[in-house]
Amino acid sequence: MAELKLPELAEGVNEAVVSFWHFKEGDVIKEGDEIVEMATDKAAFNVPCKISGILRKILVQEGDTVKVGQALAIIE
Amino acid sequence: MKCIDLGLSDYKEAYKTQCEVRSKVAEGACENTLIITEHKSVITIGRIGSEKHVFKTEGIEVLNVDRGGDVTYHGPGQLVAYPIFKLENEARDIHGFLKFLEEVGISFLSKYGVMAETRPGMRGIWVKDSKIASIGIGVKKWVTYHGMAININTDLRPFSFIKPCGIDGVKITSLENLLKERLDIEDAKRKIKESFEKIPLLAEAVCKG
Repeated sequence: MAELKLPELAEGVNEAVVSFWHFKEGDVIKEGDEIVEMATDKAAFNVPCKISGILRKILVQEGDTVKVGQALAIIE
Repeated sequence: MKCIDLGLSDYKEAYKTQCEVRSKVAEGACENTLIITEHKSVITIGRIGSEKHVFKTEGIEVLNVDRGGDVTYHGPGQLVAYPIFKLENEARDIHGFLKFLEEVGISFLSKYGVMAETRPGMRGIWVKDSKIASIGIGVKKWVTYHGMAININTDLRPFSFIKPCGIDGVKITSLENLLKERLDIEDAKRKIKESFEKIPLLAEAVCKG
């Protein structure tokens, strides 16, 4: 089991907002799949998954503000 | 770098072109491409935006779009530049790319003798206390889209219909407003292309060492 975390963005940028999930709980994820779109005040970007597995649990919902390093989902 | 000039375009049509070019650049079927255009009047709301920041429209279409940032206005006389660039290796730094865009905008404005700057914690490019250019991008599969909108001869009145970038009391200006003369948009297109070619994409990454 592994946590998908919000990666470091840039110096001085500590958080981003969840735009939407490209997958739902129970979906099979392949390494490199972009699974969630996030946005800051300047950029919208996708967070890719570094491992293959099943998206077990989504921990943050669309519209939530997430800190760098915070877990977004659990991949099993 | 390839350059495509869409002339005066409909926002949705230009968005379609951006997406087609982005797919090609991602596949490696096309080199980095700068799309330049002026849009027909439209209000767009980015991913962080709110419809509450649009007070009235006077018939201008309002669209929700997949870039960062809040609400802005596009219209004739505004130079819009969409760099569809593949970020590879050390360039895989979204905020480094935003810094690059800011530098391109500042270099462009300096060609007109206008000293512009960024403001800490504020988005876009500023001349004294007025905002002249807005920046908001999207990134898919490490290829950038959306970009920068610089007011050249833009009718600034529609900016009063919205809360630009979600910032309270922001003043918006244009080159025409600053220089007290109407400028040649075709010349501005040549200048922005030159600025994109001159500023290195990796300046930020190199500075970080």
